[in-house]
Amino acid sequence: MAKLLEVSILSRSFGGITAVDHVSFDLDAGQIIAMIGPNGAGKSTCFNLINGQLQPDHGSIKICGREVAGLHPRQVWKLGVGRTFQIASIFATMTVLENVQMALISFNKQARSFLRTVRQLYVDESMELLRLVGIEDQSHRVCGLLSYGDLKRVELAMALTNQPKLLLLDEPTAGMEPSERRRLMELTTQIVRNQNLGALFTEHDMDVVFTHADRIIVLNRGELIAQGTPEQVRHNDRVKEIYLGSRS
Amino acid sequence: MGFYIVQILTGLSNASALFLVACGLSLIFGVTRIVNFAHGSFYMVGAYAAYAFIALLPHGVFFFWIGVLGAALAVGLLGAAVETSLLRRLYHAPELFLLVATFGIVLILQDLTRWLFGAEDLLGPRAPGLTGSVDIMGSLIPQYDLALIVIAPLILAGIWLLLHRTRWGVLVRAATEDREMVGALGVNQATLYTAVFFLGSFLAGLGGAVQLPKGGADLLMDMNVVAAAFVVVVVGGMGSITGAYLAAVIIGELSSFGILVLPQSTLVMMFLVMAVVLVIRPYGLFGRAEAPEQISGAVSVSLLQPASQRLRILGLVLLLAIVLLPAVADAFQLVLMTEIALVSLASMSLYFMMGPGGMLSFGHAAFFGGGAYAAALMVHYFQSPMALAIGLAPLLTGLLALVIGWFCVRLSGVYMAMLTLAFAQICWSIVFQWGGFTGGDDGILSIWPADWASGKVVFYYLTMIICIGGILALRYLIFAPFGYTMRACRDSALRAESIGINLRNHQWLAFAIAGGFAGLAGGIYVFSKGSVFPDAMAIPRSFDFLLMVLLGGVNTVFGPIVGSAAFIWLHDKISRIDFWQFILGCIFIVLVVAFPHGIAGYVNRRFGRYFVNQNY
Ligand SMILES: Nc1ncnc2c1ncn2[C@@H]1O[C@H](COP(=O)(O)OP(=O)(O)OP(=O)(O)O)[C@@H](O)[C@H]1O
Ligand SMILES: [Mg+2]
Repeated sequence: MAKLLEVSILSRSFGGITAVDHVSFDLDAGQIIAMIGPNGAGKSTCFNLINGQLQPDHGSIKICGREVAGLHPRQVWKLGVGRTFQIASIFATMTVLENVQMALISFNKQARSFLRTVRQLYVDESMELLRLVGIEDQSHRVCGLLSYGDLKRVELAMALTNQPKLLLLDEPTAGMEPSERRRLMELTTQIVRNQNLGALFTEHDMDVVFTHADRIIVLNRGELIAQGTPEQVRHNDRVKEIYLGSRS
Repeated sequence: MGFYIVQILTGLSNASALFLVACGLSLIFGVTRIVNFAHGSFYMVGAYAAYAFIALLPHGVFFFWIGVLGAALAVGLLGAAVETSLLRRLYHAPELFLLVATFGIVLILQDLTRWLFGAEDLLGPRAPGLTGSVDIMGSLIPQYDLALIVIAPLILAGIWLLLHRTRWGVLVRAATEDREMVGALGVNQATLYTAVFFLGSFLAGLGGAVQLPKGGADLLMDMNVVAAAFVVVVVGGMGSITGAYLAAVIIGELSSFGILVLPQSTLVMMFLVMAVVLVIRPYGLFGRAEAPEQISGAVSVSLLQPASQRLRILGLVLLLAIVLLPAVADAFQLVLMTEIALVSLASMSLYFMMGPGGMLSFGHAAFFGGGAYAAALMVHYFQSPMALAIGLAPLLTGLLALVIGWFCVRLSGVYMAMLTLAFAQICWSIVFQWGGFTGGDDGILSIWPADWASGKVVFYYLTMIICIGGILALRYLIFAPFGYTMRACRDSALRAESIGINLRNHQWLAFAIAGGFAGLAGGIYVFSKGSVFPDAMAIPRSFDFLLMVLLGGVNTVFGPIVGSAAFIWLHDKISRIDFWQFILGCIFIVLVVAFPHGIAGYVNRRFGRYFVNQNY
């Protein structure tokens, strides 16, 4: 059976900088992989390549055996990939509920319909998702006024609207308190396990990474320098070098 | 051979004044992000000022050029004065509001110039020492044209040195590339803006002054040049001076040769070039792609909410008043109401794309006038009945909008707005120059309503039904998934694309719908007036719609109606006064300073709590 996600020798450069350099890895359903690396390592670029935001210079990306390199983000989304952005990206002038409704409207191919007002559309399903990510009590607040942590939750809810098989979460807990951070990651893990999804996430908090990831991929300056179980990565010399070296 | 060389040289000399104006426009936009509609007025004032100075000064080569420079300097100071006394107060207001202010200045300068110099076109004085012609292989070219050819590259070189070899120039370039950076560099932003405004206006004034001996001075110069300057800036690439020169040369040559091939098509060709360049290079010849620019401010907090109970009651009362009006009003008031309704529908359609859609248009009159012409031509050539003409007008305009929109939605922000302006000018020039088919300047006359609708009251009701129906349909669309998707595209292109929305297609469709409804308004308009002239799609008309939407307030669904009513009413009150444009300009400026969120926006803020649904 084809892997849920299969990335092979993926590369992309910007001018002189090779942001992603011959990176290969794969991911199975039910698995959570953390992608770590210092700032500018190429993590977000990797995400952008996978969901079609950027086009690779070369290499291939397969989702369930289907090549997606060259597709638009909207096409990748239709294949069942949900994503959140490093800098939360939501519809700021809509309420929390409307944001999720909007995503469901699009998922149900209603984006062009004009026969009903949005008010009654997919309210129950949306509230269900908001409950899942824990912000149902804020459903009528305007997104532009939410705290950053809450925005991340809205994004997560939106990423779940297309009944995804694969979640791409770029720093899903940035801007959260440590306790909130732990709760959200537990929640995410639970969702992934319950629905048998695959998830790829980046995170700068190593506690979170080592607690929640099944496997870890380490990038440095675009290159994949290590991958394996948390235990393996923890004892990898090059990883130690990068992390300890850059911090000392 | 000589003939072609002379044509090429004429083209180059045509480019000179255009380059100067465009260069100033580009500098000002680059640093301050103000789309300065008044830039064409500065050019016009430059020409008139040069006329006055040269007449005052003694005759002679030296004094001629002193007069030219003096005029440029005076316009530069005028620009700096406008910036410090007015625009500076508005930097905290939504960006689009600056447009209204600069348009107010257009009106004021227009009337001031007319007051000082009269409405007659002025013949430019000839430049002493350059009155002869040069023989080039048997063809003649005026010496002054050659002087113009030299001036533009000299100025280009001067500005290039200023921007690349001085500390001030480095600041200007830094500010053009990254506005936040200027603050970080510890530069006094206010001084920088004033200086840039001075320089930009100086260049516009110089452009007007140097072309005086060639083209004279008239009161239409401002609008004519501002459209061409937009084209040059957009084709050249926003913020690129070299690009502006190249684009000016292209346009100059085009008009010089176009006049030989197809004299009717010079205007159309200019805008076609622009369309072609923008399709191939969306940010112009020398421009670089910018981070997609939000038309921020004006729409950033547009939280559309369904109307509350009280607002609905208010609406019903208003509706009742409209129904009962014919019982108490005289014919004249009914005509006024009809006009308000028509214009409200048109500006509502502009709001539809600007507010929820986030797509700025400087050329909406193309669709309004397009609808009017579609209906008028059907009646004129096919004796089509009124109902059919009004019914087909929005469809035909919708098709036109599909064509134009295909190009426009490839761009965003001000670039898109300028492209809409260019297309509107194409439509206008086709109608204007293709006299055989459209009647040209004389318009199409005697388009009267069908017999059953010819009574004033019947026509009033008919207009009201169509316009209110159209407005409500647009409003309904805004609250339907279609409208939410538009808002989604506006709020975050990134998120919209990543939840499966085909952003460009959706915007394209929204653009076409907006065009169609404007066409509907235009279709009725022609029957209410009995005739249509090219000015129905001219730039000032587009700006009127823009002003109505902005004055009403972009954050409120019914803002455009308030804006339209206020605008038409005001217009009606003052348009019989001499120099009413001056008064109107002053009113705009006062309104913008006093109500930076529009009239309806103000009412909404002040009294909004009475009308808000509690759960929001
Ligand atoms: N659109 C772009 N244009 C030019 N350079 C880019 C672009 N996107 C990323 N880069 C460069 O590519 C490199 C990788 O960036 P990327 O955002 O992928 O890093 P990251 O691992 O996500 O870092 P962080 O932990 O800070 O989020 C950086 O050097 C960055 O400057
Ligand atoms: Mg990143």
